[in-house]
Amino acid sequence: MNDSSRTRRDFLVKGAQMAGAAASVGFIWHALVKSEARASAGALRPPGALAERDFAAQCIKCGQCVRACPYGTLSLASVAGPAATGTPHFEPRTVPCYMCPDLPCTRACPSGALDPALDDVNRARMGLAVIDEEHCLSWQGLRCEVCYRVCPLRGKAIVINTESRKTSRHAVFEPMVDSEHCTGCGLCEKSCPTELAAIRVLRPEFVQGRIGAHYRMQDKASRSGQAADAPAAAPSPRIAAPKPQAAPGVDYLNQAAPP
Amino acid sequence: MTSGHDRPRVVRHFVLPGTLRGKLHAWRFVIARRSVQIATLLLFFGTLHWGWKIAGRPLLAGNLSASELLGAIPLADPFAVLQILASGHRPGREVLTGAAIVLAVYLLLGGRVFCAWVCPMNIVTDTATTLREKVGVRDLFHLSPKARYWVLALALALSASTGVAAFEWISPIGILHRELVFGLGLGFIAVLGVFLFDLLVLRHGWCGHLCPLGAFWSLGGPAGQIRVAFDDASCTRCGDCVKVCPEPAVLNFTAAARNGMVLAGECTNCGRCVAICPESSLSFGLRARRVAAAPIAHEFTQTREPR
Ligand code: SF4
Ligand code: SF4
Ligand code: SF4
Ligand code: SF4
Repeated sequence: MNDSSRTRRDFLVKGAQMAGAAASVGFIWHALVKSEARASAGALRPPGALAERDFAAQCIKCGQCVRACPYGTLSLASVAGPAATGTPHFEPRTVPCYMCPDLPCTRACPSGALDPALDDVNRARMGLAVIDEEHCLSWQGLRCEVCYRVCPLRGKAIVINTESRKTSRHAVFEPMVDSEHCTGCGLCEKSCPTELAAIRVLRPEFVQGRIGAHYRMQDKASRSGQAADAPAAAPSPRIAAPKPQAAPGVDYLNQAAPP
Repeated sequence: MTSGHDRPRVVRHFVLPGTLRGKLHAWRFVIARRSVQIATLLLFFGTLHWGWKIAGRPLLAGNLSASELLGAIPLADPFAVLQILASGHRPGREVLTGAAIVLAVYLLLGGRVFCAWVCPMNIVTDTATTLREKVGVRDLFHLSPKARYWVLALALALSASTGVAAFEWISPIGILHRELVFGLGLGFIAVLGVFLFDLLVLRHGWCGHLCPLGAFWSLGGPAGQIRVAFDDASCTRCGDCVKVCPEPAVLNFTAAARNGMVLAGECTNCGRCVAICPESSLSFGLRARRVAAAPIAHEFTQTREPR
């Protein structure tokens, strides 16, 4: 009697100890995985990558996309790197994505983490370019527009908005990004001549807001479908903006100094 | 431990031969294993960095998690795929096919053939073990070799709770082979951790007690066709094999004598025991042949006993 109760007690204590050990290891492990997931928050993924949650789960970290890329754009993150260990990412200021029309990276992916259904690289959404107007040469009144010229979707993803300045005689040529077309390839960020790029590609969720369905926005209605019952909107003024060659003010720079 | 009959012969122990030829023979499995391990890494590395091709097809693209052989045959780590499935996601068809192929191959060869012959971590932990034996380090604490099955269960449970393949996300094996193939980073810290654990804390601490991938392959062991065959009649129970085995529990003489072979799934087919056995009682054999022969061998020992 005494003996059997002691063995049962031992058994229970042992079981509790095992459960405790498993739980504490489990908690630490869980925290590690979660912190790894957070490390990926800002990482730019190859074209066709699923939404981050699904991408993180599906990617088997095989690096076949890395090998397939002819430009050496992609790399697998190392420990304590800019993305979860072993997952592919790229840093546009180092090597941007050159938007191969045949999508070798996406095709190479065996796991479905890069969506095999993506067939047009222009529909890839790796990120969204954002311009720091305070440090963009063009926005400061110089003629740069390098980002505009290197953009594979120039005229769509980046347009030049000509704005005549109130205090000066010449116009300002403002590059503006259209989120509807920008793929996040980062050629602009790579080419921006400022010391630190004044145009950067970020994950869209970091920079894009959401208006909310209760607003009826006329000029955006056709794009976002947020106000489906609103009347068809006029094309966005950004897209309709004239090309810089034809823009007013160009001649000014070739003329004699103003009086 | 001993089977019924008396063992009339003198117990001899293994002595490392003095000649180079003899040494090479004694080390034949280590040499073969290191060659296969390094060749595997080299195939990945050469395909990635030097563009190795056969008939215009990339030789072996990817890494141990998933790869493609000759641009046609997908391969994938079944344990990684199992975790992805546990996380509630369905991996692509290529990866599923690849996992099935790899699973079939290792089930045929014996699950833990991966551990001793392919896994690059094995080189690290073997080095740690060799060193700890030279220095004479003792285990810091006792840990059941069964702990790894808990780690395996935990890996699957955590995959379900975190929504990502939990072991793949922290796996020091993944870190090691990726960094060897794709370039070095800070990953050596994780690998150093395993090395120090095996060197200073516990003999075969990682591979023999904790690694859930090893546990996964152990479960596939019983289906393995290549097994260590055991000849009970010539065995003197010198115990050299048990001392050198990274999984000493599998060398249970009673079970080995009964089955005519080492059947336990934890055996890695490393061949250490085969090479060290001074009586040549151990050898690699095919399971199919032995299973048929075993009962007869057993009866033979039984009838011989009264002699
Ligand atoms: S689209 Fe081309 S350049 Fe861009 S990541 Fe893929 S392979 Fe590399
Ligand atoms: S090919 Fe696919 S599974 Fe492999 S690393 Fe790239 S995204 Fe991940
Ligand atoms: S990232 Fe820059 S270059 Fe690429 S599409 Fe967007 S705006 Fe154009
Ligand atoms: S039984 Fe032999 S082959 Fe199997 S793990 Fe032990 S030493 Fe290696």
